[in-house]
Amino acid sequence: MHKDPDRVSGEPMTLNFGPQHPATHGTLRIVVELDGETVLKATPHLGYLHTGFEKLGEHHDYNQYIVVTDRMNYLSPLSNNFGYVLAVEKLLDIQVPKRCEYIRVILAELSRIADHMVWLGMGALDLGAFTIMLYGFAEREKLYSIFEKTTGARLTTSYTRVGGLMRDIYDGFEEDVRAFLNSFPKTLKEVHTLLTRNRIWMDRTKEVGVVSAEDAIDYGFTGPCLRASGVDWDLRKAEPYSCYEDFEFDVPIGANGDVYDRYLVRMEEMVQSGRIIRQALDNLPDGPVNVEDYKISLPTKEDAYGNIEGLIHHFKIIMDGHGVQPPKGEVYCATESPNGELGFYIVSDGSGKAYRIRIRPPSFIHFQALPHMIEGGMVSDIVAVLGSLNIIAGELDR
Amino acid sequence: MSEQHHPLVVQKIQEKYPDAVLDVADARGELTVTVNKDVIYDLMAFLKNDSELTYNFLADVTAVDYSLMEDTLMKYDYARFMLVYHLLSTEKKQRLRVKVPVHENELSIPSMASIWKVANWLERETYDMFGIIFENHPDLRRILMPDDYEGYPLRKDYPLRGRGERETFNFEQQNL
Repeated sequence: MHKDPDRVSGEPMTLNFGPQHPATHGTLRIVVELDGETVLKATPHLGYLHTGFEKLGEHHDYNQYIVVTDRMNYLSPLSNNFGYVLAVEKLLDIQVPKRCEYIRVILAELSRIADHMVWLGMGALDLGAFTIMLYGFAEREKLYSIFEKTTGARLTTSYTRVGGLMRDIYDGFEEDVRAFLNSFPKTLKEVHTLLTRNRIWMDRTKEVGVVSAEDAIDYGFTGPCLRASGVDWDLRKAEPYSCYEDFEFDVPIGANGDVYDRYLVRMEEMVQSGRIIRQALDNLPDGPVNVEDYKISLPTKEDAYGNIEGLIHHFKIIMDGHGVQPPKGEVYCATESPNGELGFYIVSDGSGKAYRIRIRPPSFIHFQALPHMIEGGMVSDIVAVLGSLNIIAGELDR
Repeated sequence: MSEQHHPLVVQKIQEKYPDAVLDVADARGELTVTVNKDVIYDLMAFLKNDSELTYNFLADVTAVDYSLMEDTLMKYDYARFMLVYHLLSTEKKQRLRVKVPVHENELSIPSMASIWKVANWLERETYDMFGIIFENHPDLRRILMPDDYEGYPLRKDYPLRGRGERETFNFEQQNL
């Protein structure tokens, strides 16, 4: 305890938070000016993970770039794959088979659950609730097993292709997903029991990092962060893309825009994702998963090895400068990724490579509002607010 | 998203700024309006505040370097860059793309940071990657690249593998 009052309200102290800090969960840095425990000013620094994804897009062909999209939001790579190929398909003006759309939606919603599970685990860990992290990661592990069986990889999935998918789902996919859907509500219930009415959790999260609805729109918030502030905006409902108009689900809305509401919104979103997946599994159509246009998707192996047309088509798609060539033009395609609006703006000059690819990353835009949310608050609230935004450094710096 | 709304948007913009509209395109369900740089600030404020348009949400700001696309260059009087704004109306569920040609010899454009706070970092990134100067920007610094970095990586004349910066990057002299 300081007896001398000058020592507590004296000169502001500068505290460096990151780039290597256990609570940043990624390489980012905040320089905070403190008066005692009160945050006077926060200045975020970023770019530590800048990898030039947008520049790379101008040098890769349309299918090669799918691999890069895995690395953006590495908690839910399947959602990025999905958003990107939708943009290219819009540019090509093609419609993929219904079965493909359903599988993509199932995997995107499973990714949302995986993303929110890790978010939940990490956010709770930062506030001292260690158990939740183990629960969250255990659930994600089950999902990663499904992803691994489906795509061949746990993280770098690269599962979608322009005009379809890498391959159809495996036999037994439905049983695995249903088993997961039956087991994960139990974990959610346990988390609710541990956190939702927990005195410490509520004290640490209620009325912390508050963003009003007007500010949320002004700062470009999307996804769970926007909905926690009380704005009813979900791209799956507002601009139904792919086949989202086929499914019935609710969009949870918060009221106060604080960390606690962002927690509740994400918790309920997982339940709603489960509803979507169930409906998609019940009505999963039969048929091919790729468009039957061999100028866009690869021919089957029997065709490629068995007849000359198949071989030529295979060769043309794989060879540099012969692959998918959309007409000249530009598109902006936004999807509701787990973190918010993930937009791809693609300019095509008619060749096999994009002239310009721009990614509208939700993390980058949410991170901008961090000073607004923590200035005037306590130093210990920084980790709570940062955790609630779910900043993914791969997507932040691209 | 209904396309019936598009003619109304175009009509309102053309009525308000008859001389400034350079091009209107309606392709793949997306409406694109290309306007003159002089009116861009007023136009954006108008689009945000007009009660029939209500483009209250700025989704994205970026730029495109058209120096390798000959026909687009010719169409816009050899303006090298094109600023691209993506607007969204959460009330009408409509999107709009506004484009502004920017010449290389006058690389400045008004900042939208006083209309939308989200524009602050999006414009910083555009400055960082393309070197476009935003007038009246509250904090125009590099954001992804280091402060002492020279050159603009997303310009078409910048090589993919850089110009040797990786080999000569001096960590100790960085004023972090």
